[in-house]
Amino acid sequence: MPDVNLPTLLRQHAGGQRSVRVEGATIGEILASLQDEYPGMAGQLVTADGELHKFVNVYLNDDDVRYIDKLDTKVYEGDTISILPAVAGGSL
Amino acid sequence: MACSQLDEMIAHCLGSYPEEGCGLITGDPSTATVAAVHPTTNRAASAQVYTVDPGEYLRIDRAVEAGGQSVIGVFHSHTRTDPYPSPTDVAQAPDPSWHYVIVSLRHEVASVRSYRIADGLVREESIDFSLVSD
Repeated sequence: MPDVNLPTLLRQHAGGQRSVRVEGATIGEILASLQDEYPGMAGQLVTADGELHKFVNVYLNDDDVRYIDKLDTKVYEGDTISILPAVAGGSL
Repeated sequence: MACSQLDEMIAHCLGSYPEEGCGLITGDPSTATVAAVHPTTNRAASAQVYTVDPGEYLRIDRAVEAGGQSVIGVFHSHTRTDPYPSPTDVAQAPDPSWHYVIVSLRHEVASVRSYRIADGLVREESIDFSLVSD
């Protein structure tokens, strides 16, 4: 199972853990497993339409999965997945 | 935070002008002590909005987590408005535990304020400055 590094905001739903391990052969399956394992994360990672939430960035090792195959990006043993919030705002 | 860190934030925002400057703040979340500020690229490249480069966020996050610290906030500049969170800032605040620092370049002298943003509510907080970094 790959390691999934969680942002501060989501750690509260995983007992405070910074990193967890869940099953999945793709990023979509990993995120689904996360939400199944930690129900508090439901709705924060994937939208109701099954798309990666726009305020979440997911990295497979060093690569943004949006530039690979999005939720269909394949995941292998030894991979590290990092979930980070999109940080944005402005005076507008 | 250290005065030098404040200077670093302001310098980065001035250097980014006319675009909004932005960066991450890292430290100890339990004490809200700032260990470092990390200027980042504004991917939006705009005078009105900012987006912290996600790749840079990843590198910063990995580096500080390895040292037992965390990202505890974000700073950005308002090039023409006061240092108060806009509706955009409030709507897109990613983490209620973070500190949101705004550097206003509206006037000749930059002004800096810090806020907590949670559930759509904004609360200003004081910043304690020290002469040296922890």
